[in-house]
Amino acid sequence: MTRNHRAIALALVAAVGVSGCRKNPETVAMPTDTSTPVPSETCDAACRQRRADSIATANEARDRAAREAADRARASAIEAARNTLLATIYFDYDASDIRGDGKAALDAKLPILRANAGLQIRISGHADERGSDQYNDALGQRRAASTRRYLTDNGIDPSRIAIVSYGEQRPAMSGADENAWALNRRAEFEITAGGNNIVPPQ
Amino acid sequence: MRLSVRRPGALALMAALAFVLRGGVAHAQDSSLTVRIGLTYAPGTKPGVLVLPVNGADGDSVRAILQRDLDYGDRANVIAGEAIAMDTTAEGSRGQFNYPLYARLGAAAVVQATLTSSGLHVAVHDVRTQRVERVKDFPLAAAPLSPDWRQQVHAIADAIEFWVTGGRGVAATRILYSSGGRIWQIDSDGANPTALTAANPPALYPAWHPKATHIVYTVMTDDGTRVVVREMSANGGGASRTLKAPVGSVNTSPIFSQPDGEMILYAHGLDNGTDLYAVPTFGTESARRVTVSRGMDAVSPSFSPEGRRIVYVTNRPGGLGLYIADADGTNAEALTPFSFGDQSQRTDPSWSPDGRMVAFQAEKDGRTQIYSVSPRDRGAIKQYTNEGRNEDPSWSPDSRHLVFTSNRTGSWQLWILDTESGRPRQLTHAASGAKAGAWSPRLVVY
Repeated sequence: MTRNHRAIALALVAAVGVSGCRKNPETVAMPTDTSTPVPSETCDAACRQRRADSIATANEARDRAAREAADRARASAIEAARNTLLATIYFDYDASDIRGDGKAALDAKLPILRANAGLQIRISGHADERGSDQYNDALGQRRAASTRRYLTDNGIDPSRIAIVSYGEQRPAMSGADENAWALNRRAEFEITAGGNNIVPPQ
Repeated sequence: MRLSVRRPGALALMAALAFVLRGGVAHAQDSSLTVRIGLTYAPGTKPGVLVLPVNGADGDSVRAILQRDLDYGDRANVIAGEAIAMDTTAEGSRGQFNYPLYARLGAAAVVQATLTSSGLHVAVHDVRTQRVERVKDFPLAAAPLSPDWRQQVHAIADAIEFWVTGGRGVAATRILYSSGGRIWQIDSDGANPTALTAANPPALYPAWHPKATHIVYTVMTDDGTRVVVREMSANGGGASRTLKAPVGSVNTSPIFSQPDGEMILYAHGLDNGTDLYAVPTFGTESARRVTVSRGMDAVSPSFSPEGRRIVYVTNRPGGLGLYIADADGTNAEALTPFSFGDQSQRTDPSWSPDGRMVAFQAEKDGRTQIYSVSPRDRGAIKQYTNEGRNEDPSWSPDSRHLVFTSNRTGSWQLWILDTESGRPRQLTHAASGAKAGAWSPRLVVY
């Protein structure tokens, strides 16, 4: 009997866990399936105790699973926010203006930066290997600066955003073809403070 | 082998033309010498030079260095004959020189060097007149085979090259470069590659002080790139100082001003493009802005030898090009013609020490090559390279050779090119590659 109760309770808990709903523990814990033997009037004190224990155990498991699910959901929301924040943006050849896809990627970062006033980032500008190394230092700087400007023009405090140019010295991908070059003309994002307690935007 | 020294007529003609086009070999540094060289040989050809065996424990090394330096100088044909009838060099046998044999071997000059207690006694014989033309005792102060000793032997070779050809060699020089995030120096003949900086922070773009007392370069940090000035002491160690700059700013392509190195000129940018700034090398004054690029960039400056003009890279709609201006940034104008849509991306200029040429890199058919243009008449642009990709030229002190980076062997290494003959030689064989070569002034002059 006890085993059956537990199985039912766990099944219900699992269902709750999957659906993510919150329900009153009492109603959830009470089995209603008629195929399961209903506790009889003859259940003595020990029997009632076992029944109570069983319900308590099931409730605990259900609560724990719900908590874990909520934690997982929250962790994945934080992870998603972090990934959005750190997503690299790319540039056209010898250009530092923000492309359409870059604007979309930066727009997605804005609510995360707004929801986390303590978050500070560094934007690094990079260039592909073509042309002069020294000019590419300047080009990387313009890419980092125009990326920061887009964020500050949209209300982010400039003091929260550091910039740096690495020119062509730190390619994301090695290779001497357009595939590699396109991936190397970029601005990368790095969290320099406040990264441990990111609140996902509502 | 160079025993067959008869030069093909076409080559001799080309060399003669080059001689004429250069207006002779009237280098500025030659005028200080009052003694006219006595050797005569067919105009426009390279004189053959025979270096006789040298006595003493280090004699073979001295002879090998002299021969290699004269060869790398590209002004003479070194006759690499073995010791046939050359054992007449023993003390007291000067009267027995076999001039007819030397003439048959193609020698116009014979170098007879003798190690002495204080240095090297050198006599240069004119084969045609069968006379000793020049004699000099050179000091060799440093420990035999040490880097300093080698520099002194190089300086002797440079003097011999001047006696024989009228053009002083550039063997007693070193080349700075960056490899694996460090600044290195290497002798002009490829000996003694030596790291000067630590691996972190990564260091790039070295440049020499005109007197070789200091170098300047860029380091890459997470707070931006910074300009570092470093003292060059004899043993390669030296104090360094980092120029102050705002957090997050780019500070790159530093050079010393000519001819005295009083200023450092470098590219600085933060939020609104990159411009050239000048700062006193040893003072405390803040940097003064030189160019006004209005959100675009100005980088990679190079000074004219007398210090009045600069050439640098700036970006215009459609591509990068070379601009020339007064040292204070005024009177800026395009050095190379520019038309909209031009993708030649001319960058990395280097003004020759004689002031006559500006070398640079430009793209052709998707590959960078080395070119030069005269800053005076701005006429024909000469192309020097076409094998692989070739970048970042820097002139030798004699304004005849260029050191540059090439990937022609598959990895980026420094190469040296004789701009008159087109002869290349590989300078570095660095495992992690070599870039940004910068040729020193002459470090020892005899």
